[in-house]
Amino acid sequence: MINVENVSKSFTLHNQGAAVIPVMAEANLQVAAGECVALVGASGAGKSTLMRMIYGNYLAASGRIMIGDVDVAQAEPREILQLRRHVLGYVSQFLRVVPRVSTLDVVAEPLLATGTDRDAAHARAKTLLANLNIPERLWALSPTTFSGGEQQRVNIARGFAYDYPAMLLDEPTASLDAANREVVLQMIEAAKARGAAIIGIFHDDAARARVCDKEIDVTGFTPQAAA
Amino acid sequence: MTPLLQVTDIAKFYGHRIGCKDVSFDLYPGEVMGIVGESGSGKSTLLNCLAGHLTPDQGQVNFDTRTDGLRDTVTMSEPERRMLSRTDWAFVHQHARDGLRMNVSAGGNVGERLMAVGARHYGDIRDSATDWLGRVEISADRVDDRPTAFSGGMQQRLQIARNLVTGPRLVFMDEPTGGLDVSVQARLLDLLRGLVREMNLSAIIVTHDLAVVRLLADRLMVMKDGHVVETGLTDQVLDDPQHGYTQLLVSSVLQV
Repeated sequence: MINVENVSKSFTLHNQGAAVIPVMAEANLQVAAGECVALVGASGAGKSTLMRMIYGNYLAASGRIMIGDVDVAQAEPREILQLRRHVLGYVSQFLRVVPRVSTLDVVAEPLLATGTDRDAAHARAKTLLANLNIPERLWALSPTTFSGGEQQRVNIARGFAYDYPAMLLDEPTASLDAANREVVLQMIEAAKARGAAIIGIFHDDAARARVCDKEIDVTGFTPQAAA
Repeated sequence: MTPLLQVTDIAKFYGHRIGCKDVSFDLYPGEVMGIVGESGSGKSTLLNCLAGHLTPDQGQVNFDTRTDGLRDTVTMSEPERRMLSRTDWAFVHQHARDGLRMNVSAGGNVGERLMAVGARHYGDIRDSATDWLGRVEISADRVDDRPTAFSGGMQQRLQIARNLVTGPRLVFMDEPTGGLDVSVQARLLDLLRGLVREMNLSAIIVTHDLAVVRLLADRLMVMKDGHVVETGLTDQVLDDPQHGYTQLLVSSVLQV
């Protein structure tokens, strides 16, 4: 489902003496449907960079990033948007939303974007929020004022609202307590069971061992190591 | 799929000075494109060329008309262009008073657009005006008040209602949230996002506020000195800018 071939990346800082910083070379990665692959490596090794390239958030300098039959490294913006709407989900570490929009609408939005009718989308959002132990009295409020853990759970609910065939999870269990961590792990297992291809970054070793089928150490993709 | 708007090689000069030059892009139905750049970068000039307010010196602006498919709006006759701007296009000005008739009631402002496309039944016009005022969160009892009695945020929402009542397919917006305080701005952004999704609108939004484009636009075009220096997916351009100017622009935003 996800196929990364010979991807490289460098950052050029035009305003800081045009410094060129190569950050990744010859990255290769395959994820089949129903499989979960963990990206591991020290902080700064390029886990999030690779994940962001797969999402189309960072431009790959060379190589191919195939999600289904779309090459993210070459695709037009509207093809990537289409892909993100129907195929590729992303749970980032931070929640970024329009201020003053209710939590329920934030979670339902990915469903509305795919043409699900309002009632069905809200019903699904309510189920997710209830499973993730967000108290019902908060649903009508904007998540911008929530605690860190609550925001992360809202973000997870939003990321899992639509059944994406491919998902990217950036530390989904980072600031959660044991009970909520269990809920999230079960959601990941359920997503795998329905056939989603998942790439995850987990600093939580036990969580990683439990849901991931293999580990890819991105340190192997740093340009120095490759050279 | 046919693009809704196909822009080829647009240029506009003010004497020797470049307004904008070598601008080409395609906009598809349902897509929202942001144009950012500092003051004087040519973004408003470009928007006005696209919307038919200025005649470009060079290039084509092809619009997918309902009856005849792609037509160049630059060479189209004035009445045809006017008709398009009443039916298929909408233009939201930065200052609501440029887009509203200040001495006509709120309901009249919305109804006028309908009458311009042939609506004549007073009851129907008033009903759809009231309906639209509701959708932009202006209460029905203000329908007979003039915009002069409205706050800035209300005027802006009224302008949006006036523009969208005829069900346009393409909306041009020039700094739609400029000059509004941040709480009003947030509400307006949410409103615009909902309308874009529900009506499958395409929109071109000119702004210098990067936070606004991140939330509203799918795609981004960065302009400097009349030229397009970078284009791409909004979050990609903002998070991984390639051009020196874009990097400067993104790194210059004050963090709250």
